[in-house]
Amino acid sequence: MNIVVCVKYVPDAQGDRGFESDHTTDREGVDGLLSELDEYAVEEALKIVEAGEGEVTVLTMGPDDAATAIKKSLQMGAHKGVHVLDDAIAGSDSAATSLVLAEAIKKCGEVDLVITGLASTDGVMSVVPAMLAERLGLPQVTFASELTVEGGTVTIRRDNESFSETVEASLPAVVSVTDQINEPRYPSFKGIMAAKKKPVETWSLADLGVDASQVGLGAAWTTVTDTQARPPREAGEVVTDEGEGGAALAQFLADRRLA
Amino acid sequence: MSEVLVLVDHVDGDVRKTTAEMLTAARRLGEPSAVFVGQGYAAAKEELGRHGAAKVYLAEDAVYTDHLVAPVAELLADLVGRVSPAAVLIASTNDGKEIAGRLAIKTSSGLVTDAVDVQAGEGGVTTTQSVFAGNYTVTSQVGTGTPIVTVKPNSIGVEESAATPVEEAVSVEISEAARAARVTARTAKEKSGRPSLAEAAIVVSGGRGTGGDFGPVEAFADALGAAVGASRAAVDAGWYPHSHQVGQTGVSVSPQLYVAAGISGAIQHRAGMQTSKTIVAVNKDAEAPIFELVDYGVVGDLFTVLPQATEKVQEHQG
Repeated sequence: MNIVVCVKYVPDAQGDRGFESDHTTDREGVDGLLSELDEYAVEEALKIVEAGEGEVTVLTMGPDDAATAIKKSLQMGAHKGVHVLDDAIAGSDSAATSLVLAEAIKKCGEVDLVITGLASTDGVMSVVPAMLAERLGLPQVTFASELTVEGGTVTIRRDNESFSETVEASLPAVVSVTDQINEPRYPSFKGIMAAKKKPVETWSLADLGVDASQVGLGAAWTTVTDTQARPPREAGEVVTDEGEGGAALAQFLADRRLA
Repeated sequence: MSEVLVLVDHVDGDVRKTTAEMLTAARRLGEPSAVFVGQGYAAAKEELGRHGAAKVYLAEDAVYTDHLVAPVAELLADLVGRVSPAAVLIASTNDGKEIAGRLAIKTSSGLVTDAVDVQAGEGGVTTTQSVFAGNYTVTSQVGTGTPIVTVKPNSIGVEESAATPVEEAVSVEISEAARAARVTARTAKEKSGRPSLAEAAIVVSGGRGTGGDFGPVEAFADALGAAVGASRAAVDAGWYPHSHQVGQTGVSVSPQLYVAAGISGAIQHRAGMQTSKTIVAVNKDAEAPIFELVDYGVVGDLFTVLPQATEKVQEHQG
């Protein structure tokens, strides 16, 4: 069983995130890290491999610093890393991202499962898994809150507001997992030491046969024309309940015609 | 006038409010054509006409409901090829975004997700998004292909405009690849009688401060006709179902009124509710970060504040 986990290096959501003058995400101003939601994907891949056999390859694309996301995944237990690093990639939209990742997955050889988180914590679009499946011609079973792999079939449970569904597909397939699926492990000291010896390959666009004109800000199918910081909210009124707090709240709602 | 395709968001013909919002937005861009996929059109018909659908494409084949999103994306790609619409609007649900993602690749078209506004601009369709926990407003235009936009529920004011839709059954040869992910079981969730979280005009959420007792939260929600939400802490503790989780990894809401009860306001929670029009919080901890966001806050015990507020609201409603 060969599993590729796609991970993303993102600005820390606890930090003060913003944009550059070209409307791309400001990656200098805030510390980056492995997107929290990708930890669930790494954990699930590790569990599958530990229950049987195989290898977990962690794949990312991004600037030099994105190696941090690979390192964290290797420390958790992934076997090897692939970093697609090329200046031309900067500013890529979801379509270009899915193109680069799809070509990198093909280059990884025989892959049984591609696992991703449900979204990155910066863009939060949730479209790359579906785009990957489209580009790779593979079935997609996404937003899994439970997952089993048996006899060449992947079966998941997924929930939305109206339904709970069981979905299955033959391998190879693209899977995305939610934060309900597991409890990601912390890297152990042993894991941190072992990660230093694990192989990480760096591939350029040329290695993938992707032309630089197909990616990056200039090739984006959607153009951001403006980014505006929202004016800070005006401080609201905060009262302390001394017996009439509930009544005061009801009055506030009535005054605003909200109740 | 160009057609604008609107993928109808519905459950067995029960049309969700998002559809009316999308039809309203579609009329700014061209002539709305609803695309109805699945069963129950008879129940949806009147609603679609009332909001100005000039045309309805009907795809009732079970292939669309027996498989995940790929067949719907193939259907839409076929329609995009046939009618060259000015835009395609899809609800910003998990499925909706994935349909949009596949459609974007199939048609080499620019995609915008979670739009809170859609307008006809000088350079074409102009969209607005609210990002980074609501701290930035982003304006975008699609430069390649057909603009594909997923619209965040509860973002666009609905205006009615009566039309009598022309109906056209559509059928497309769905590829084997698109049938590869099979839905083998589907269980409908019990209906609570409350409005759905993503669409509700008012949401009352409970967090760690409830200690697991959502009684006062639900009672206040019912007095206001609101949906009930929960913070991740409350969901992780098993106090409320995950489908009600408000936040970055749950449902993102943007109601007229959001009430946070016993919720500290961690960044992940704020990311999912910060665009609410009016924010109210009740929390024992005067230092809770949620108070930085509020229009009105009560420092106090939710178990005394909410029941009193519930009673007063009920009195007011007489």
